[in-house]
Amino acid sequence: MDEILEILEKDGRTSFEDIARMLKKKTAAVKAAVARYQKEGVILKYKAVINKELIRDAVSQVRALIEVNITPQKDVGFDRVAERIYLFPEVSSCYLISGTYDLLLIVEGRDLQAVSRFVAEKLAPLENVKGTTTHFLLKKYKEDGVVLKHKEENKRIAISY
Amino acid sequence: MSVTRKVKKLQPSGIREFFDLVLGMKDVISLGVGEPDFVTPWQIREAGIYSLEEGFTSYTSNKGLYKLRLGIARYLKNRWGLEYSPEEEILITVGASEGMDLALRTLVNPKDKILIPVPSYVSYGPLTELVGGEPVYIDTTPYDFKLTPELLEKYAAKKPKALILNYPSNPTGVSYTARELGEINRILLKYRILCITDEIYGELTYDFEHTPFATLKGAKDNTVYLDGFSKSYAMTGWRVGFAAGPRDIISAMNKIHQYTIMCVSITSQMAACEALESGRRSVEEMKREYRRRRGFVIAELNRMGLECHMPQGAFYAFPSIRSSGMSSIDFCQKLLKDQKVAVVPGTAFTPMAEGYVRISYASSTNSLKEALNRIGVFLEKRRPV
Repeated sequence: MDEILEILEKDGRTSFEDIARMLKKKTAAVKAAVARYQKEGVILKYKAVINKELIRDAVSQVRALIEVNITPQKDVGFDRVAERIYLFPEVSSCYLISGTYDLLLIVEGRDLQAVSRFVAEKLAPLENVKGTTTHFLLKKYKEDGVVLKHKEENKRIAISY
Repeated sequence: MSVTRKVKKLQPSGIREFFDLVLGMKDVISLGVGEPDFVTPWQIREAGIYSLEEGFTSYTSNKGLYKLRLGIARYLKNRWGLEYSPEEEILITVGASEGMDLALRTLVNPKDKILIPVPSYVSYGPLTELVGGEPVYIDTTPYDFKLTPELLEKYAAKKPKALILNYPSNPTGVSYTARELGEINRILLKYRILCITDEIYGELTYDFEHTPFATLKGAKDNTVYLDGFSKSYAMTGWRVGFAAGPRDIISAMNKIHQYTIMCVSITSQMAACEALESGRRSVEEMKREYRRRRGFVIAELNRMGLECHMPQGAFYAFPSIRSSGMSSIDFCQKLLKDQKVAVVPGTAFTPMAEGYVRISYASSTNSLKEALNRIGVFLEKRRPV
């Protein structure tokens, strides 16, 4: 992977100037490369990783992993059904996977009832959905490579040879 | 109780006071640290923990676990094409530091001259003095901190016993290409000078491939090669290093090692085995990160008028601070007091490095950025009107 992408994946706010210095490139070249990545859809968007457990006043959210068994359709396989499912705003992630079921969804809702209602009223009745299994998330330890913990203290002594 | 004359004569580090000042201060951004900011990769830590759970709490053979020596022999072969016998030519040491001590104790007779290019890591001179040898410091500051063939040739005439060569260098980050090392090797062989190489930062070489000295033509029988896990695998606190060299020298080093150290902690040795097995990816990742920080730091330093060569390895920048009009120690103390940023005065590494400071970029990009900003503010405030 291009090092520009590696840097941005770690910190999306790194400036073009800083990236240029790090990689000994021209700022304009970095800018052009990033523009190209955005245009090609390699870079989809920039966002902050937020530890929602630390936000007390935030509307509480529950998340569930939902396994979905579906009947594939002629010519389009799973894609058509998957699309009908992932377009629901409640679905934050949707993966087609190998194994005993077909789709794995991550669904978010205000509370248990909201998620249950989505499953019962929107997801399960879909024509090609054969069955669902819902797992509610209890605690997040690590997400997208980030350990959800307060910053660790520096354990090195402050000065050494 | 009286302390021996030899120990009394040892120079205490001149900047102890400055170090104490840093250690006593809170909320300092320190670019004065001589070790990685990464913690040891998890799979390596896990291997150490598992070895404890399994009850590996005993001594190992003096030379170190055979499995580790074999792993090192394979690494040296696969990575550099170097052939060392794990039975007789490799010794596991408490960091490269112990390896250096053992090598000097094994090779230096009283009054023997040992060449030490400076600025250098702080232990070489004192360890030489402890065994009664005579350190001969070669000032490389006028040559971009490099030991040039001309310079070495000049000092070779003094009939030294050995040269201590550390590359990539702490504190300057300077390293040597294969061609440059070839020149050095040619002179060493010509004058029959042994080479003790400290290649602890070898894996952190950025602009070209590191060349272990022992790979040079005719060098292997003339070289004690010291390396370890501290810098490349972020394992400083585990204290595992190794020495590789001719069997008679390794066997002599092991004689001292068996009486003084016995063996390296088995937990650390087990963890080091895992590092060799699965740590390659982490090494490459950390190296890429250091290289990026290097580009950033050097560009920033030069921009603010602290002239700095591009270091080829390790994780140190060694800029000149002459444009500030301050001495090294003055610069460091004032920077610490004014801006709470710690860097190490060049004079910590030799009096000849007056006018330089060592900046470690083994810190997160955010800390580096903040620290460099503060250095910028510091310089701006003190700019003569």
